[in-house]
Amino acid sequence: MVRLAEFEKTEREHLLNLPCPTYESTPFVAGITLSKARVALLSTAGLHRRSDKPFGVGESGYRLIPSDIAANDLVMSHISTNYDRSGFQQDLNMVLPIDRLKELADEGFIGGVARYHYSFMGATAPEHMEEEAKQLAAILKQEGVEVVLLIPV
Amino acid sequence: MGGLGHFLESENIATTQISLIREHTEIIKPPRALWVSFPLGRPFGNPNDADFQRDVLKQALGLLKYQTGPVLEDYPEDAGEIEGPQAQIACPVNFSPPPPEKGSIDELCLNFRKEFSQMQSWHRLALEKNDRSTSGISDMSADAIGEMFCSFIAGKTAEAESDGKSLSDRLRLGAEDLKAIYLEALAAQPGQTTDGLALTDWFWGQTYAALVLNEVRRRCLSFGDKDMQLAGKLLLIPRNQMSRFGG
Repeated sequence: MVRLAEFEKTEREHLLNLPCPTYESTPFVAGITLSKARVALLSTAGLHRRSDKPFGVGESGYRLIPSDIAANDLVMSHISTNYDRSGFQQDLNMVLPIDRLKELADEGFIGGVARYHYSFMGATAPEHMEEEAKQLAAILKQEGVEVVLLIPV
Repeated sequence: MGGLGHFLESENIATTQISLIREHTEIIKPPRALWVSFPLGRPFGNPNDADFQRDVLKQALGLLKYQTGPVLEDYPEDAGEIEGPQAQIACPVNFSPPPPEKGSIDELCLNFRKEFSQMQSWHRLALEKNDRSTSGISDMSADAIGEMFCSFIAGKTAEAESDGKSLSDRLRLGAEDLKAIYLEALAAQPGQTTDGLALTDWFWGQTYAALVLNEVRRRCLSFGDKDMQLAGKLLLIPRNQMSRFGG
């Protein structure tokens, strides 16, 4: 069980003092039929293909991850050292559940799996990712992706 | 993370998300979020537990059924807790406990090289077993990483830029590769725990590699360059492990 109150003191204070963005309202897309929807995964774990450039300090861009990526081709270069990487080392589905998502498509729980998934690097403040996120939305629409699952690390 | 939910949803892409810090999600108010009580770095709970991971995924996607929001729900289960001897690291590679930080850099590097060589042997086994490694982001061989760190802490002049990467980037990426090699190597040994806390405690509390990284951190702080200062202050040793090194 891990709740913020149970974090180690310095880590808890850091997280409590981390500035969070606020928004006047929350946009909301209703009327999704999950069993017909194509779903993409979007991680902020700084994931990328081995051949891609590692993420750097302050980087706001994203890397794409093909849905059929080989397990050994997916690596992580998030700049933070303050979270556990051992789960990802043991099983990539811990941070990017590609295999689980395919299983849900096979059983008809979702309509399909996107051809590409995506990763940002979450140490960058979200307001700096807005432009890239909106460009990404256009690409997702082109592919017919209706739903994105956002996964922090 | 929640900010991305706002940006995508405003472009008419429906989103749902995992929340690891409920307090942050309550402030950001993304369209849909499932809070989970799992450690940072483990948003789907338990490695190699497909049923558990699938259930978390279904619950997160299931929030799409709501027609108004924002929605913030709690996942009802904790990740499996490892208790008792299973959570203890029983490393068959019999290292002596690292000495206090009094020893010379040469002595530290001698011990580190011996330790790293043995861990690489286990890591090769891990590669054969899993057909996968998360190391390699520095684009350096394991030996080159070890030598880079030993040269750096011995005060030898390090190239400021190599291969398009700054020295601070090479040190940071090399440190991540070093940790990945150690932890993947340990996991290849029979009967080892998958518990993140136990693995973290083992690495930072019982290896010469951790002492080397602490020396790297200290030397980074002697540079005036802001990237080296940042690496020394934040990017090499986790905040919750700094007390081991007098921080």
